Amino acid sequence: MSLKQLSRRFGVLAGGGLLMSSSSAWAELGLNMTRGVTSISREAYDLHMLILWICVLIGVAVFGVMFYSMYHHRKSRGAVPAQFHESTTVEIVWTVVPMLILIGMAIPATRALIAMEDTSNADMTITVTGYQWKWKYDYLDEDISFFSTSSTPRAQILNDAEKGEHYLLEVDNPVVVPVGKKIRFLTTAADVIHAWWVPDLGWKRDAIPGFINESWATIEEPGIYRGQCAELCGKDHGFMPVVVVAKTEEDYQAWVSDQKASAGAAAASADREWTLAELMSKGESVYGTACAACHQPSGEGMGDMFPALKGSPVTTAGPVEEHIATVLKGRTGTAMAAFAAQLDDVDLAAVVTYTRNAWGNDTGQLVQPTQIKSLR
Amino acid sequence: MSTDAIAHDDHHDEPAKGLMRWVTTTNHKDIGTLYLLFSLLMFFVGGAMALVIRAELFQPGLQLVDPHFFNQMTTMHALVMIFGAVMPAFVGLANWLIPMMIGAPDMALPRLNNWSFWIMPFAFTLLLATLFMDGGAPASGWTIYPPLSLQTGDAFPFLIFAIHFMGISSVMGSINIIATILNMRAPGMSLMKMPLFVWTWLITAYLLIAVMPVLAGAVTMLLTDKFFATSFFNAAGGGDPVMFQHIFWFFGHPEVYILILPAFGIISQIIPTFSRKPLFGYASMVYATASIAFLSFIVWAHHMFTVGMPLAGELFFMYATSLIAVPTGVKVFNWVATMWKGAITFETPMLFALAFVVLFTIGGFSGLMLAMAPADFQYHDTYFVVAHFHYVLVPGAIFAIMAAVYYWLPKWTGHMIDESLGRKHFWLSVIGVNILFFPQHFLGLAGMPRRIPDYALQFAEFNALSSIGAFIFGLSQLMFLWIVIKTIRGGQQASDQVWEGAKGLEWTLPSPPPYHTFETAPEIK
Ligand SMILES: [Cu+2]
Repeated sequence: MSLKQLSRRFGVLAGGGLLMSSSSAWAELGLNMTRGVTSISREAYDLHMLILWICVLIGVAVFGVMFYSMYHHRKSRGAVPAQFHESTTVEIVWTVVPMLILIGMAIPATRALIAMEDTSNADMTITVTGYQWKWKYDYLDEDISFFSTSSTPRAQILNDAEKGEHYLLEVDNPVVVPVGKKIRFLTTAADVIHAWWVPDLGWKRDAIPGFINESWATIEEPGIYRGQCAELCGKDHGFMPVVVVAKTEEDYQAWVSDQKASAGAAAASADREWTLAELMSKGESVYGTACAACHQPSGEGMGDMFPALKGSPVTTAGPVEEHIATVLKGRTGTAMAAFAAQLDDVDLAAVVTYTRNAWGNDTGQLVQPTQIKSLR
Repeated sequence: MSTDAIAHDDHHDEPAKGLMRWVTTTNHKDIGTLYLLFSLLMFFVGGAMALVIRAELFQPGLQLVDPHFFNQMTTMHALVMIFGAVMPAFVGLANWLIPMMIGAPDMALPRLNNWSFWIMPFAFTLLLATLFMDGGAPASGWTIYPPLSLQTGDAFPFLIFAIHFMGISSVMGSINIIATILNMRAPGMSLMKMPLFVWTWLITAYLLIAVMPVLAGAVTMLLTDKFFATSFFNAAGGGDPVMFQHIFWFFGHPEVYILILPAFGIISQIIPTFSRKPLFGYASMVYATASIAFLSFIVWAHHMFTVGMPLAGELFFMYATSLIAVPTGVKVFNWVATMWKGAITFETPMLFALAFVVLFTIGGFSGLMLAMAPADFQYHDTYFVVAHFHYVLVPGAIFAIMAAVYYWLPKWTGHMIDESLGRKHFWLSVIGVNILFFPQHFLGLAGMPRRIPDYALQFAEFNALSSIGAFIFGLSQLMFLWIVIKTIRGGQQASDQVWEGAKGLEWTLPSPPPYHTFETAPEIK
C-alpha cells in the first residue's frame, strides 16, 4: 500500500468519525451491522441497536459517576476520605434495576428468536453442504445441484494482480433464489464443520457433518448478497465465500430452465468416449478448483500434510483403480477428502487422467467417464 | 521422628544458592517468582505470535505467511496466552500473596507446589515443539473442534499431552490453594475477613478443580477417536461432533471466569488503597463472585448458539447468560462507590486498575450484546467476538496482572517502581490496546469473520489501524519488562506499608519480606 493510499484510507476513517451520528453513513462505512433484506435481519438489527443504546446509556451513567469522582475526590484537591461502606438500600437498587433492564431486553429478544426458528410453511427448500473449501447447493424441489467455489484469481490473493471490487467475496456459481418466497435452508457438511453466513439474510448457521440444521429467509429485494464461511474449517477457511443472487420470480424461473438444459447436456457427455486432449483440458480446470488449493497448481504439494502428486507412486506407477478409489473415497485420518459426491463422472475421469499425465507424470493412461461409473 | 524435627531440617533461613535453589525450592515466594517469570516469558512468546497475525492482516492479500501457518498462529497464540501467560500469572500471584495475606508461613503443600510449577515448562516444551513438526502446530483453533482437529498432523498427541500436563498442574495448584486458605489462616482471620484476592482465588480454585478434568476427558476422547478408532465425535460412526462442543464449553465457560475472578480480586485490593477508603460492599463482592462462579456452569451453550439447538435451549442459555450481568454489575458499581468521596491518587497500579474498570466494562457490554441469541446469529464467529474477549482479557485480565505487579513489586523487591516510566507504560498500553481492539468491533459488525488470513477490501482500513495498535501495544510491553528488571535491581527503598492507603497483613511485613514469614501467626483484631 502506498503512502498516498494509506492517507486516503485514514482520511475516510477520520470522516467516518464525524458522520457517526447518521445511521446510513454507519452502514456505508462498514461500521455497523447491516439492516439486511429480510424480516429476520431487521429484527437482529433492531435488537442490536436497542442493546447498544442501553449499554451506551449505562456506560455514560457509570463512567460519568466514576470520572466525576476521579476529578472531584482527588487527594491533590484536598479531598478527605469518607469512611462509609455497606448500604443495603443502595445494594438492592443496583441489583434490582439491572434485573428489570434485562427483562426489558429479554422480551424483544425472545420474540425475535421465536420468529427466527419458525421454518414452517416454506415455499422451497435448498440444502447447503459445506466442503473443504466450497459450498454445494441442492434445490430439493427442482432437481438442481451444483458446487460454488471462490472465483478470486490466485494472482490477486498473492498480490500479483490488482484486487477486484469483490475480492474474496465472488464465486463461480452463485446460489440463485426468488424474492418474496419463504426459502428453507438446510445446512450440513461433508467433512468438517463450516458455517453458512450471509449478513444481509440476518443469520449464520453451522454446517455440521451428520447434522441437518434448518433456517429460513424471505428476501425482499432483488440483488446480490455476499457472505463467507464463518466457522474455522482448515487452511482455506478464509476463501470459501457465499454469494446469493435474488431474482424476481420470472427471472428465477428462466434460470431454473437454463440449469436443467445444461444438466441434460452434461449427462449425455458422460456416456461417450473422450480423447486424451479433451480429458486433459477438462482435467486441468477441475484440478484447479478441486485439488490445487492443497496439492498446488504445480502438483508439488505442501509438506507431509498435502503430499505431492508429481512423481508420486499413486499417480504414476500404482494401479489406476487404486488412484480412482483414493479420489472417490478419500483417505481417512488425513486431509484427503472423498470426491465421489463432489464431482461427476466426467470431472473425475478428467482429473485422474490429468494427474496421471501432467507435470511429467506422462503415464499415457486415460480414464473414461464410463470406467468411473463402474467403480463408484 | 517428631514433626518439629522435620520442620527444623527443612527450614533454613537463607535460600540455597544457584540454580538448584529454583529447581528444588518449596518456598511459596520462590515458586511465585518462578510462575511470574514463566508467565512473562510466555506473554512475549504469545505476543510475538499475535504480531505475526496482525502483520499478516495489515493489508488484504497474503504477504507474510501461508493460511495454514496463520491458523497455527491463531491457535497457538490463544493456547500460550490462556494457559501459559494469564493462568500462571494468577497462580504466581496466589503463591506470593495468599500466605502473606492470611498470615500463613507458606502454602499448605510445598512439595506439591514445586511439582505443579515444574510441570509447566515441560507442558510448554511439548506444545511449542509442535511448531517444528510435520504438518505444523495445531491449527484448528484453541477450541480444537472435531472433525477439523482430527486433521492435525504429528502435533496432535503432543497437543493433547500438553493439555493434560497443564490440567494436572492447575488442579494440583488449586488443591494447594484451597488447602492453604481453609487450613492455614492465622487465628482470628475468619473467612469473611479474608482479603478479596484470597476470596476470588478460593472460588477460582474450585472452578479449576471442577472443569480441568472435563477438558482432560474431552481431549482424551479426541485422542481415542484419532488413534484407537472410537467414534465419540464422529457422526459416521454414530458419534456426535456437537457433543465435543458441549463438553468443551462446559470447561470453557468457567475457564473464562478462571481468567477473570482473580483479576476482580486484585482490583478490589487496589482501588480501596488509592481511594483511601474501605471497599464499599465487601460481603456483596464475595456473594457476587460466588454467584458468577455458579452461573458460569449453566451458560456454556451461549458459545454455540449457531449449532442449531432447540428453541427452549436457546432461550434458557440466553436468559442464564444475561443474568451474569447482574453480579458483574454489582462488582463495577462497588468499585465506583468505593472511589466515591475517597481521596484518590493516581499511582501506576491505580491507573491500570481504573483502565481495567472502564475497559473491562466495555467488554462486559459487548458480552451482554452477544448473549442475545437473535443478534448473536450475526455477531457469532466475527471480529465482534474477537474484540469482546480481547477487551475482557487484555485490558481486563492482563491489565489487572500488571496493576498487581506494580502494586506488590515494591513489597517483593523492597524497591519502589520508577513512577514516571510506569505512567509512560500505562499510557502507551491503554492507547495501544484501544487502537488495537476497538476497530475490531466495527470489523465484526460489518461482516468480517474471525480466523481468516485475508479479507475483503471493505475491511482494509480498520485492519490496518488495528495492526498499528497491535505494534504500539506489543512493543510498549518491552517497557514493562524493563521496569520490572529495573525495580528488581534497585530503586528507592520501599517502606513496610509501601502505599499510604494500603491495608492488610502483607503490608505489615518488611519490604522485601524475609524468606520465611509469619512463622508465628500474627494477631488479627
Ligand atoms: Cu468452511
